[in-house]
Amino acid sequence: MMMTAFPASWLPLVAIVVPMGCVPLILLARNFPDVREGVTMAGASLLIVVVGLLAYALSIAPVPALEVAGPIADLPLTMRVEPLGMVFALVAAFLWLITSIYSVGYMRAHHEKNQTRFYVFFAIAIGATMGIAFSGDLITLFIFYEVLTISTFPLVTHAQNDEARRAGRVYLGILMGSSIGLFLIAIVITYAVAGTLDFRPGGILNDRVQPALAGLLLALYVFGIAKAAVMPMHRWLPAAMVAPTPVSALLHAVAVVKAGAFSVLKIATFIFGFDLLSGLTATGLLQAVAAFTVIAASLVALTKDNLKARLAYSTISQLSYIVLAALIADQAAFLGGGLHIATHAFGKITLFFCAGAILVAAHKTRISELDGLGRVMPFTFAAFLLGSLSLIGLPPFGGLWSKWLLIEGAFDTQQWILVAVFATSTLLNIAYLLPIPFRAFFRPLPAGVSPRIHEAPLACLVAMAVTVTGCFVLFLVPDPLIDLLARALTMQGVAQ
Amino acid sequence: MDILAHLPALQIVVPLVAAPICALLFSPRLAQPFAVLVSLVTFAISIALLNQVLANGPIVYHMGGWEPPWGIAYVIDPLNALLLCLVSGMAAIVMPAVRLGIGAETTERSRRLFLTLALLALTGMLGIVITGDAFNLYVFLEISSLSSYALVATGNDRRAAPAAFNYLVQGTIGATFILIGIGLLYMMTGTLNMADLAERIVDLRHTAPIQAALAFILVGAAVKAALFPAHAWMPNAYTYAPSMVSAFFGATATKVGAYIMIRFIFTVFGAEWVFGDMMVGWILVPLGIAAAFAGSLVAIWQTDLKRMLAYSSVAQVGYISAAIGLGNRDGLIAAIVHVFNHGLMKGALFMVMACVILRLGRADISSFRGLGRRMPVTMGCFVVAGLSMIGVPLTVGFVSKWYLVLGAVEAGAWPVAVLVVMSSLLSVIYIGRVVEVAYFAPAPDSARVQEAPALLLVPTLLLTVLCVTFGIATDTTVGVAAYAVTFLMGGLP
Repeated sequence: MMMTAFPASWLPLVAIVVPMGCVPLILLARNFPDVREGVTMAGASLLIVVVGLLAYALSIAPVPALEVAGPIADLPLTMRVEPLGMVFALVAAFLWLITSIYSVGYMRAHHEKNQTRFYVFFAIAIGATMGIAFSGDLITLFIFYEVLTISTFPLVTHAQNDEARRAGRVYLGILMGSSIGLFLIAIVITYAVAGTLDFRPGGILNDRVQPALAGLLLALYVFGIAKAAVMPMHRWLPAAMVAPTPVSALLHAVAVVKAGAFSVLKIATFIFGFDLLSGLTATGLLQAVAAFTVIAASLVALTKDNLKARLAYSTISQLSYIVLAALIADQAAFLGGGLHIATHAFGKITLFFCAGAILVAAHKTRISELDGLGRVMPFTFAAFLLGSLSLIGLPPFGGLWSKWLLIEGAFDTQQWILVAVFATSTLLNIAYLLPIPFRAFFRPLPAGVSPRIHEAPLACLVAMAVTVTGCFVLFLVPDPLIDLLARALTMQGVAQ
Repeated sequence: MDILAHLPALQIVVPLVAAPICALLFSPRLAQPFAVLVSLVTFAISIALLNQVLANGPIVYHMGGWEPPWGIAYVIDPLNALLLCLVSGMAAIVMPAVRLGIGAETTERSRRLFLTLALLALTGMLGIVITGDAFNLYVFLEISSLSSYALVATGNDRRAAPAAFNYLVQGTIGATFILIGIGLLYMMTGTLNMADLAERIVDLRHTAPIQAALAFILVGAAVKAALFPAHAWMPNAYTYAPSMVSAFFGATATKVGAYIMIRFIFTVFGAEWVFGDMMVGWILVPLGIAAAFAGSLVAIWQTDLKRMLAYSSVAQVGYISAAIGLGNRDGLIAAIVHVFNHGLMKGALFMVMACVILRLGRADISSFRGLGRRMPVTMGCFVVAGLSMIGVPLTVGFVSKWYLVLGAVEAGAWPVAVLVVMSSLLSVIYIGRVVEVAYFAPAPDSARVQEAPALLLVPTLLLTVLCVTFGIATDTTVGVAAYAVTFLMGGLP
């Protein structure tokens, strides 16, 4: 059988190496765009196979950890597959392929320069994402977290103009400043008090720290992981919207931001543990900050006329759902947070695909310019509508389940305010998302615009169709993911 | 006869004898290959010594067979074995590029003198590091210093001469302080051998001369290490010296000063006394932090990038000083590792400057406009070495920072941990602004600028690759440093 011939514990490393291995091939094929994109597609397909095999292996038996000597003497880099990371990796790997298909249509139709560089850093970023998903300890997570920050910088500043330069400053300044200034310090303190950095069921800090220090550490983690964009560390995400749309779609709606939310969820569960977390005053304070972020970001989103900016603030709001899930410290909330990584990914990437399609086909970036455009781009706006419904949490889309579980978690712990926050946020979702497709469908086209159908390239439409279908599938069969996530708790005994 | 047993002597004798030969060589054209050969042999000896130390423990070698207290002993433990490798390794990497890196208008004749001086400076630094005799250390210090002053003065810029003079005055003050300290030690103990000194000082610690000796030696070493606020000689010296000199000294000279500090504190005076009763930690840590902030802040405003790198060195020496001052195991590991790691990254960055100066004639920030496209490999090296400067994981800078912050946390010095991290974020700014100019600003004119020639590019790339290699596989650096710490601290926590 295959598993004996090739131990599953090596697969996480393969999952990192596959995208990184694409880099030299992409560089070699730089003068042959078709071959170059072929390499990305092949790499993405291979990655799905690898991650799929890993998920299969995990469904049979726990995958043993893999240790590699790292930069710090007593801290080997550990790759450990657990259900939460598995879900994240599955989502990221699958959407990499879809985004690559979309990119081919978008980048060529938009005549972007430096496409080779684009695909190179994209592949590195995905490799880093895999590293984050499968990291078995904090130091490994931190290393790949930083690789992700740096590899996405050239993508954000792709245009290399003044606007990109300013955005790059904000992007790197906040992400790197917080990760070195807060996150790294938190890791060192954790190591100093706990003597280990492994992710363990039930956490490693229990009984080892004073509540005050634990609270400080929690704050350092929540704010230090700026990729989770909890206010006031959120400014980089709107700034990152200067990037080409595929980058905004995959990296700044899925890989990078979810890496942040995932890290918070993982640290809350496997470094702190539910018991320690639920006893801390700081948890309540940080919940308040995250709840504020949920509401405030939604309100800001309402005011944004630039489509990508509105989506970015929507992402900020949705990321704090997952942070809240981590801080509620309850089984249902954990499941909801984990599932939300997947459901929000499919919903939001659809919306970004649509935004890019609108830019490519109609050259529009502002919501106020979209009047009547639904007649010109019916398919795109239909996809936008369905993606929005999933984000709002309406059936028949996957967003329903994650929101359901989150609210259930808030109920379980009797945090009625958080229930109200989730409910209010849902209303705000409706208010800032639905007017966009409605405007496009029901308002008249401005005079002089031909109502002839003019959609984005086929590759873009295919990608949208796939992700919308994904939202739908997540509604019909969320059980495999939920069961997988539940095993993170029961199999390793976190909850009881 | 066993030549391996005499490697400690050869480590010094080879470059020392080679220096005058280089000056007298029949054909000036042979000087360059000769100097390269010598530095490679010296480097090979260092590596062999490091291996011997790691295999069999410290080596004590009596020069000429004379035993102390009559003769001079060379004592090689993991600490100085690692530093020997850094110094001779940097020489071996930089030496082949000398022809391109000291300015176009030098003649072969003057280049021969330059190489002679470089070999002498190399001898001096190796001697400081290898010797186990306090006065011998001073002698080598003067050898390296005098040749350094002359090397700085060979710069093409007219301001090189005043910079060298400034360096000479301040360097001499520093060396004199060290000499006075050593004199006081000799007066009180009657020995110059470091091992004997360490034994005899224990009973004399309460005396004023010994305490004064500590003060003199630390101040002298601080000047040599360019520890803020005694760093004033460095920015001009590094800015106006030829690029190769900046690269070699930037990587090694201040490190040797830091080494003197570590050696005297831990081997001669004894760490528990220096950090306990004398509370030197309360001087080194605040000064180190102040240096880190002052150096980085000033670096941000520099338009001449060699000067920027020099001020960045002020900050980095600050980290080393703070790490020493923590007085615990992880702090000392951080200091030793950072001595080595900073050597690599600063060497790489100064080599980048050498490449740019060769092609553009200057290295101010405006000349970097559009360079990301025109000199992609060079700028790639700058980015990687710059990331290392910031302390990004998978580079050497991260390793140093990790141990420094860990040492601070373990010492309970939380503010130090926070300040170190905050100051290191300043390097994001001064590295970032260069990256911005190189990749976001348009090139000023259409004149074609070629990538640097292989002779310069290969050493630059090599150092950059080492910045990453030693950032991932740290057995050699952290492993050796941890081993060194067991000797320096006698198994203390």
